[in-house]
Amino acid sequence: MSETTHTLELTLNGQPRSLQVLPWTTLLDLLREQLDLVGSKKGCDHGQCGACTVLRDGKRVNACLTLAIMCQGAHLTTIEGLADDAGLHPMQAAFIKHDAFQCGYCTPGQICSAVGLLEEGRAQSPAQVRELMSGNLCRCGAYGNIIDAIEDVRAGGGQ
Amino acid sequence: MNPFSYSRPAGIAEAIGQAGPGSRFIAGGTNLLDLMKENVEQPARVIDITGLPLHDVVPTPDGGLRIGALVSNADLAWLPQVEWQYPLLSQAILAGASPQLRNMATTGGNLLQRTRCYYFYDAGVPCNKRKPGSGCPAREGLNRIHAIFGASAECVATHPSDMCVALAALEAVVHVQGRAGARTIEFADFHRLPADHPERDNQLADDELITAIELPAEGFAAHSHYLKVRDRASYAFALVSVAAALTLDGPTITAARLALGGVAHKPWRDRAVEAQLVGQPVSHETFTAAAEALVRDAEPLAHNAFKVRLVRRAVVRALEQAALGGQPS
Repeated sequence: MSETTHTLELTLNGQPRSLQVLPWTTLLDLLREQLDLVGSKKGCDHGQCGACTVLRDGKRVNACLTLAIMCQGAHLTTIEGLADDAGLHPMQAAFIKHDAFQCGYCTPGQICSAVGLLEEGRAQSPAQVRELMSGNLCRCGAYGNIIDAIEDVRAGGGQ
Repeated sequence: MNPFSYSRPAGIAEAIGQAGPGSRFIAGGTNLLDLMKENVEQPARVIDITGLPLHDVVPTPDGGLRIGALVSNADLAWLPQVEWQYPLLSQAILAGASPQLRNMATTGGNLLQRTRCYYFYDAGVPCNKRKPGSGCPAREGLNRIHAIFGASAECVATHPSDMCVALAALEAVVHVQGRAGARTIEFADFHRLPADHPERDNQLADDELITAIELPAEGFAAHSHYLKVRDRASYAFALVSVAAALTLDGPTITAARLALGGVAHKPWRDRAVEAQLVGQPVSHETFTAAAEALVRDAEPLAHNAFKVRLVRRAVVRALEQAALGGQPS
């Protein structure tokens, strides 16, 4: 590592990590290229598609527009960290139940975004869910089933 | 992205001391990193200001609100006091970007967004804003999204922010700090028209940092409305947006604010039109006359003449919604 490398301490999917990063490495590239966590996807790399959405301290953010070095002390959750020993996260189960994807490329970002959406507690109707999921594009057009899956979890029936 | 040095100062004075030509402050990073990936921005030094104590929102003695520059757009839009006292601001913020970006983007950073002009974003073509003196392909090129007010021969770009349109209507004050000390800038004076220096979006010096945005007590909560017209239902920049705010005495308008987005190099206000509204009754005729007066000086380009009609209609509708009580439509 060169002298421009910085030490980054963070909690990633529940595990404390100490990493060496270059200042210009994005969080998305750190996850995918250095840590082999390839669930978060690089769609547009410009914050327009939402395929890279992860949860930072519980809030959904675009990993492609986040510098890794600026995540010092953060608690990050990626799609790989949502399931636990008890099984899939309710949102993952609901996406399967409702067939809320076709090719699947946008799905990790959709699911992380949906988990963040419910945590925000602002969406009270399917129309509001649709508006507050506008940062996640699905080129297969699975929106109808994505909204159904999120509504299912929001109503408490995520299995 | 170009290599750069990185620092994370703990204090405001330290951050300002590190700033200068070739440096950029970073907070949310949502626009800066995007521009760095396109080589539009190539800072030698990036100063991370997220450790500075600028995260608070506090009431001011005169009944207003002082918002720390690092408060996120999402937190600000959903702050109960903002929803209650400044619903226009809340609506404008929620009309912009995506939930992810609003979680990242900051109050100060929102003011410093650069234009989304296609030519500015393409480092392979001339652009007077990106490279002074190189030319403006937008003026004779594809200019559907460009300015109809206040443009110059050098630049026809628009300012992209929704939040700033509301802040212009609310007459916010920008607090900044530099090596020469602290000062305040009226919102109307903060952003510039392009004139001969389109490379300068605003009045900040290289070493100056936005520390807070202050809102006056009057939030027009009873009669305000933010209307945004765009190419898709959500998550797109405004073709035209209108922040409308009124105070009424019965059916009579006693104060009016109008600010437009998507039409100029800065949030566009026309005080003569605002003055024209005062004393008039709330009516379709009053609002139509104001809208007609507002577009009289419009200077459309080859592909954006539709914005003139759109402004006229959007202004009438926003004023009507504001008069009715301003709930988002």
